[in-house]
Parts: sequence; structure tokens; C-alpha cells
Amino acid sequence: MSGENGKVRLAVFKLTSCSGCQQQIVDLGEQLLTLLDRVEVAYFLEASSDAKPGPYDVALIEGSVSTPHEEKLVKNIRENSKIVVSVGSCATYGGIQALRNWMKFEEVKKTVYEKPEWVEALEKSRPVSDFIKVDYAIGGCPANKLQLLSTLKQILIGRRIYHREESLCQECKRKGNVCVVVAKGEPCLGPIIKEGCGALCPSYRRGCYGCFGPMIDPKPNALARRFEDLGLSREETALRIRNITSWSEPVRRFLESYER
Amino acid sequence: MSGKEDYSEIKVEQLARVEGEGGVWVKVKDGKIDYVEVNIFEPPRFFEAFLKGRSYLEAPDLTARICGICPLAYVMAASRAMEKILGIKASDAANKLRKIAFYGEWIESHVLHFAFLHAPDFLGKHSIFEIAKEYPQFVKDAIAARNWGNRAIEIIGGRPVHPVGFRVGGLHRIIRKRELEPLLRNFDEVKKIGKRLLEFVLKLPIPEISYDMVFMSLKGEKEYPILEGVVANNLGEEFPEDEFEEHTIVEQKRYSNALHYRLKNGKPYITGPLARFNLNYELLSPEVRDVLEEFGFKPPLRNTYQSIIARAAETYHAILEIGRLIEEYREPNRAYEEAEVKAGEAMAIVEAPRGMLYHRYRISDEGKILYANIVPPTAQNYAAMEEDILKVGDLILKQPKEKAQKLVETTIRNYDPCISCSVHMIRLKIIEE
Repeated sequence: MSGENGKVRLAVFKLTSCSGCQQQIVDLGEQLLTLLDRVEVAYFLEASSDAKPGPYDVALIEGSVSTPHEEKLVKNIRENSKIVVSVGSCATYGGIQALRNWMKFEEVKKTVYEKPEWVEALEKSRPVSDFIKVDYAIGGCPANKLQLLSTLKQILIGRRIYHREESLCQECKRKGNVCVVVAKGEPCLGPIIKEGCGALCPSYRRGCYGCFGPMIDPKPNALARRFEDLGLSREETALRIRNITSWSEPVRRFLESYER
Repeated sequence: MSGKEDYSEIKVEQLARVEGEGGVWVKVKDGKIDYVEVNIFEPPRFFEAFLKGRSYLEAPDLTARICGICPLAYVMAASRAMEKILGIKASDAANKLRKIAFYGEWIESHVLHFAFLHAPDFLGKHSIFEIAKEYPQFVKDAIAARNWGNRAIEIIGGRPVHPVGFRVGGLHRIIRKRELEPLLRNFDEVKKIGKRLLEFVLKLPIPEISYDMVFMSLKGEKEYPILEGVVANNLGEEFPEDEFEEHTIVEQKRYSNALHYRLKNGKPYITGPLARFNLNYELLSPEVRDVLEEFGFKPPLRNTYQSIIARAAETYHAILEIGRLIEEYREPNRAYEEAEVKAGEAMAIVEAPRGMLYHRYRISDEGKILYANIVPPTAQNYAAMEEDILKVGDLILKQPKEKAQKLVETTIRNYDPCISCSVHMIRLKIIEE
């Protein structure tokens, strides 16, 4: 590896986001300090003012691409990094801010700013993989810090990164939760959303609202029919499904046909 | 211009150790700083726009995503505003749980800032990683305190960043008293950690400078303000949270994606730990005041560099309060209050770790959000940051270029700016005319 004393050179970048996923990195606490034996933090502006230039071995990207500047930045990161990992649902799917992608952008700008013409932003908030090749993607709002740690460890030992991508329902069953859809008639995105959070919402007796993004081969059509059976209107159904990872490919395709 | 080195321009393209993206632009004329711009180039996220049409019940979880450092502040402000519209109040038990978790967030956020982001400035280091070698106990304590604060949020809300356990009217499920007990298992040690962290901060070499400034925060009646209170400032004004917009003006700046707030008379004001500390000192735990006074500190602190002291004091206070609140907690019969949905409008202010956070919503009779206005603390502090750099101008310009640059950065960091919130990092350029 190319860092000091053969350490892995790590860079952490922030795009359009809430800083919560970087927070998950900081929250590794003592484990992060232990990692420093093997990892050189070359660029992590939120944590250190000692920002070193590339090339990097591993770049972690938090946040979606939503400005012309970020579009250039991600291309630059790709050119300077061996492994690029998108961290969290903003970087991986476009994030909660992609909810504006479903609205007229001029209206959106006018709602928040008196002089919308001063605001420089792309019309849509998009995932990093729309612009560059991403080697590994970790969803989550926020990303699960143990998944992050395991990703870094797997990179350190040089193996291919693997995370389970079953539905949240599987995780929920293993936890022994009572199903909120069956028991309470509560709409829950669990059947189409990837596990990773520990089935938190159903553990609080509420429906999943989809932080971690779509599981492999989700069936949103079937879930929508179930929601309608629970008494939700088409509009309410669409609103439930159009949530934090609304701009992920399968959810977007579903919503485009469902709302037509 | 004085100083060992003659310079006409200083650039800090991106300020480090803050949450988000921005820069600072300083213009020097006749050996004096005469113009300052804090530019925010963190991309806008348009929350107020996409909240429209969504259910009032979604406001806490959606707005939490404005900030990964203080999501609970958003959860609390949104919940309280919606409860006001519906005419309900969360139970005393729910309020205790909210405060325990919210104080947990203060600890997590404050320690992140004063130990990880700010302390390196006073110790001449680039990061916590460098501090760890020289002051291992301090870093160990900081990590332990953050873990404990995060644990409080996790137990009640499910996870520290974007917790899921809270809702309009209370919580999603009843939290059992025994679930809270692990927090008290090593409580004596946690208290000692809080005290040691404060003592460490009180010994830091902090620049001596003081001037008049306006502080504004919530004011507590019997308790240090966190969830609610009246708005107060050191000009003697007090007004209810509903009148916030009548007492402030907002402007959009060409150079910034964040809006700037000032008092109606055009004066900048400071919100955050320093303001809360100065306006509510008597309500801090006596144990905290004892340590402060032992080191000779008394309010008002009129030096923004001392904001690090206020943050460490509030951290110790938060630890003690969590202990008290857990002792007093009695399990409620139901997790949340329910209400008939009705149309209406309301405002709520809570004390986020960085200061007053204002939410205002209007909802339809079906419970759809028609209008949202969210004013994060950092947006209120930008004008004060700019003014602050003007005021410490002499101190800054006495330094050689590289040090001047660092001092400007430290000055901005005094505010623990959460740029993610206010749009919501920092670029510094000093140009001499």
C-alpha cells in the first residue's frame, strides 16, 4: 500500500449530505484509533486540517452529487483512488434530498430562496455511481458503522467485500419481532428494503421507512398492492414508497409506472 | 500593516474540522480588516420544498436528516411544533426520555467539537489523531464520554444517528426503566470523566480578548433550557418562541447558500453554548459551577474563544442531568399521546447543541404539510462570525500569514458551525486593497 510505512492511504470526502455517515466513522472511536496502525488518514477534512493530496488507496464518499462542482470532484476522486466506496444512502442512491427530483426544480428553488438565480445546483440529486465507477456501495441512513468497519477490514486483508442484502423482513424475523403489517396493519417497507439497521423500526412497533435502500430484486408492485389492501390510497402508497431512497433504480422505475 | 511578514492575500480554500463546506474571505484596508464574508458552498438541500405535501407525522424523521450531528434537535423541534398544532402535550415521562436522549446528543456533539475539532487549535495540532499521542487520557475520556452519550440515544431511540424511537406525541414504544439502568452502572466513573474533560479544557491556553456582544438563547425557568423556554437576550429582552420571526431579520447573500439572520435592529447575535451559559448560569448543576469557579471563571464570558469552556461545562452538566432524569423516570401507561388531525400553524424552538433551532409548520386538515420554515442555529451565527473576525482583526493582523489564517479558522470554529445544517465549510481569502 502506498501510505507512510506501507499503510493504506485513506481519504474521506463529503458531498451533499448531513455528515451523519462521517459521524459513523468517528463513532468507531477506539476501533478507529486501532485502525491507525494499518491506515493513514490522508484526507478527512471534518476530522483533520492536515489534508494531504492523492493518490489514495481507498476513498470513502459520503453524500450525493448535486452541484456542478461535485460532479468534477467525484471524477477527480476516481482518478486519484484505487478503491472507491460510496458510503450511505446519499452517495449510493441520491439520498433524501433526491425527493426534490420529483418536483419542478424552479419551484423548489423559489420555495427556499428569495433569489433562486444565485443558487448553483444541478437539477437532480444523484448517486455517485451515475458519474463514476464505484467499487463498493454501502447503503444506510446512516450507514451501519460495523458494516463500514468490516468493509475497511476486508479491504485491509485484500478480500472481496461481502455484505448480506436480504430483505429487512429476514432480519426482523431473526430478531423475533411481531410483524407490524400483520399485527397492526401498519404499512412497512421491510419486504423491499435491505437489512442492515437491525430491523429497528419494527422493533419500535412502527413500519420501516426504508433507510438502507432496495434489497436485491425487490417487488415494490406487490408491496403497493398490500398497502392498498390496508386501505391506503394510491397517492398515500406512492408517498410511503417515495422516501429516503426514492432515486434508487428499482424504486424510481416502480414509482414512474405506478404514478402514471 | 504590522507583523513579521508582509502579505496581501491569505487563502484558506476549505476550512477543516467543521461539519460541512465553506470558506472565509477577508478584505484588509489600511492595516485593518474592513470586510468579511463567510461563504457557504455546502450544496443546498431544499428540505422546506420537499416537506410540502408529506404527512405531519413524517416531519421529525425527515428533518432529522438535515444534520447527522444533531438529528435529535430536529426531531424534538418538529415534534413539539406539531404537538402545538394538534393541541397535545407529550407526557412527563416522554419529556424525560426526550431530555435524556437530547442531553446524550449534546454530549456526543459537544465532545466531538471541543475534543476532536476545536482542542487541536489550542494545542497546536492538526487533529485528534495527533493529540492522542501526547494526551492519551484526554482522548480516552473524550471517546468514553461520547460513547456514553451515544448509548443514551441508542437505548431510547434505537441508534445515535437518525434515531427512530421518537414521534409526534411522545415515543413509538414504552421504554422500561430497566432499559435505562445500564447507563447508571458506571455512573461515578462517567461523572469523573465529565469533570476531567472540563478541567482539561479550563487549562487550555485560550486567547485573551473581550468585547460586547449580543447573546440570545432560550431561558429556562427551573431547569437549564434544552427542550423549551422563552427566548431571552442580554439586552434584557424576553419574548415567546412564537415571536422569533418578528424579532429577527433574514437576508440571502450572493456568496452563500445559507441564509443570514440578525436582530431586527440589524445587530448580529450569538446563539449556542456561550449564550446559554451566560443567560442560564445559575441553572447549571452546582457541581459544574464549583469546578468553573475553582478555576476563576464566572459569567458573562465575553470571549468567543471561551465557547469551548461553555461546551465542556454543558457536557458535565448533561451527564449529571441524565443521571437525575433516569432516577426520576417512571414508566408511563402509554408511549404517546394521540390527537385528532386538524389544520393549523405553530412554531417551536429547542436548544440544539449549537443553539436555538426554530421550526414553523402549517398543516392541512388532512395533516399534510403546507408550509415549513426551519432556522438552524448556524444560520443565526453567520453574521456574528463575520462581525467577530472584524473585532479580533488587530489580533489576527499582528500575526504572520500562516498564523493569521489559523486564527481566522479558530475564530470560525468557536461557533462550531454546522454548515450541513445551515444549508447549509469554509474558504478563507484575505485580500489587501
